[in-house]
Amino acid sequence: MAVVSANSTVMNNVEAVRATLYEALRNDERTLILGEDVGARGNVFLITKDFVGEFGERRIIDTPIAEASIVGIAVGMAMEGLRPIAEIQFADFIYPSFNQIVGEAAKIRYRSNGEYTCPLVIRTPYGGGVRGALSHSVSVEALFYHVPGLKIVAPAFPADVKGLLNTAIDDPDPVLFLEHKKTYRLIKGEVPNGHYTIPLGKANVLKEGAQLTVVSYGLYVHWALDAARQLQEDGLSVEVIDLRSIRPMDKTTILESVRKTRKLLIVHEDNKFGGIGAEISAMVAEEALFDLDAPIRRLCGPDVPAMGYALPLEEEFMSSPGAMAQAMREMVKF
Amino acid sequence: MATTITMPQLGETVTEGTVAQWLKSVGDTVDKYEDFVEVSTDKVNAGVPSPVTGTIRELLVREGETVATGTPIAVIEEVGAAPAATPATPAAQAPARAQSPQPKPSPAPSGNGAPAGTADSAEIESAARGASPAVRRLAREHRVDIRTIKGSGTNGRVTADDVVAAARGVVAARPAAPSSAPASNYAQAIPGTFVQLSQARRIIADRMVESKHTAPHAWSMVEVDVTDVWEWRVREKDRFERETGYRLTLLPFFIRAVVQALAAFPLMNAKFVGAGDSNQASIYVHPEVNIGVAIGLPANLVVPVIRHADKLSIKGLAVAAGELIEKARKGKLGVDDLAGGTFTVNNNGANGSWASAPIINAGQAGIVTMEAVVKKLVVRDDDSIAIRRMMNSCLSLDHRVVDGYVASGFLAALKRHLEAMGPNGEM
Repeated sequence: MAVVSANSTVMNNVEAVRATLYEALRNDERTLILGEDVGARGNVFLITKDFVGEFGERRIIDTPIAEASIVGIAVGMAMEGLRPIAEIQFADFIYPSFNQIVGEAAKIRYRSNGEYTCPLVIRTPYGGGVRGALSHSVSVEALFYHVPGLKIVAPAFPADVKGLLNTAIDDPDPVLFLEHKKTYRLIKGEVPNGHYTIPLGKANVLKEGAQLTVVSYGLYVHWALDAARQLQEDGLSVEVIDLRSIRPMDKTTILESVRKTRKLLIVHEDNKFGGIGAEISAMVAEEALFDLDAPIRRLCGPDVPAMGYALPLEEEFMSSPGAMAQAMREMVKF
Repeated sequence: MATTITMPQLGETVTEGTVAQWLKSVGDTVDKYEDFVEVSTDKVNAGVPSPVTGTIRELLVREGETVATGTPIAVIEEVGAAPAATPATPAAQAPARAQSPQPKPSPAPSGNGAPAGTADSAEIESAARGASPAVRRLAREHRVDIRTIKGSGTNGRVTADDVVAAARGVVAARPAAPSSAPASNYAQAIPGTFVQLSQARRIIADRMVESKHTAPHAWSMVEVDVTDVWEWRVREKDRFERETGYRLTLLPFFIRAVVQALAAFPLMNAKFVGAGDSNQASIYVHPEVNIGVAIGLPANLVVPVIRHADKLSIKGLAVAAGELIEKARKGKLGVDDLAGGTFTVNNNGANGSWASAPIINAGQAGIVTMEAVVKKLVVRDDDSIAIRRMMNSCLSLDHRVVDGYVASGFLAALKRHLEAMGPNGEM
């Protein structure tokens, strides 16, 4: 971490997660972290390194390999006034806790007629492109996207990691906080010092453009931005939107952009069928059909059960800035 | 089975092509890989090979017509396939350019998508049917008939921008050349006649207007003492010609000095991006130094490119330039020879020009000329008078990209590098 000015510090995404968690633990005694290897091991990415020494075993809780229990216990803590931050070591292992997240956490406010809320954050690294093979590469967002009562955040930049994680911790309802593991150390950026928040459900227009709107989140935001800059060299003008929050969806920003450019491309790593892009496509078709000058296009992962370990299989699954640039070019020209 | 051939994309940035000449007529047989049409694009003519062996069923585009890449231009019936029921339509009567991929209400029995009505009605029909929701809404709002608009999108599709342009009264269609007037050839122009523009001349016209209208040109000139480099050239030229077969001119020495000056002033090797909207605009500094060499021919001008000119020795530059000049004179330049230039050199002095104000090659930041080398009486720094070989070098620059500070620095560096080249240098 290098301090570049009195007001900000350059860090990567993993350092931003660590710094935000540390400040939350320091500033609010109700916060605590529970998950596999978060204590003595300090988390597999060293996010909670030395935390147990400073905050103690009552606030940094090493759990058994039992994801349903991690989330289930956290739900109870949250309902009773604590601010638990549960960690699922890899998103690939979140399935045992599905019932606790979908069946319990997401429904508590409704079920109790507002008497109880569930201020719970579930953090988990997701995504591929790191030779993680079948059980360390998955994107889980679409599985939870369908569930009312659940918020889903997937930041791409360190400054957004901090602002959105702070908001998620403050939120009175459950938030699934997805961290793309390939961006953990790959992506660096300036992060403002001190406490700040970024509202959930607010997308960020990273690059303005006139001929095509590209919507993405997570790792692919960076690639889409690279591709759009390539096109800019040829005088083609592409607007790039980083969703940041997948749900709530920032309809206003997406629609404003599409009404301007008249064309929409959605890129995400998760597979296409029933994915985030499907919902955005449907929303735009419902709200802005008569502004569209081209069919909406989705550039997404293939419908295969998992990302293979072999490099050609992984590359086949993952898109690339080049493939994105090609799709953008075709859409601008259409 | 019928195979539909589309206008190929000859080069990364090429978006349209002109059917220069059909090498086959309807009913002719064609072998796989045999050229059946000559397409002209950005100053290049290229034969297009057939992907199948078969019989030409339809030619969908007239000779001389320009269509977007991807537009169907011909249908070839593969050998062994049952012939289509519908007789082939002569090319001259069937320029059905914008065939819709959607099923027709009453499919033609041929099964190869031959339009049932006249070509024009099919085109109009498909333009209206293929209109996007945005195009339909804009057309309604602006009271514009989509069928009257010439589309600029893929396969001639009418885009939303086309509708807006039509509503503003911009005529998208190119007006036809006066057909009754007598025509003459550019290289042998006959007084009192019209010269029909070749594809190359049309592109030259468009590019010159584009450059002069979008890039604010500024101009500057330096005088260079080329006596020493001239002696070097004279010493080397016989050996060089013997070894390589090419004449050794001052051009490669000059290009060498240009690339050295560009290295010191990379903004001269750049382009202005996003004209028209200064909020979107930026300057892209090229990672490569690709020098275009302007070559005048009797009927047109070509600017082939020496790629990575900064990586070549003077000898390497001389050979590269020699090859390109020879290709240009023989009309053998390919798309790749002409694409990717980042800066242009114009050897303008061969016929004695002493100064010129060239138009920048559109999309570049500058163009520099070599004017005539003339012997002059020169008062030198020590007040002695000497006879020296002097040459002017003129620079036109895109003032959006660079100011006089960079431009004059570039010219000074060019002069310094050229004057430092002496007869004992290493080629």
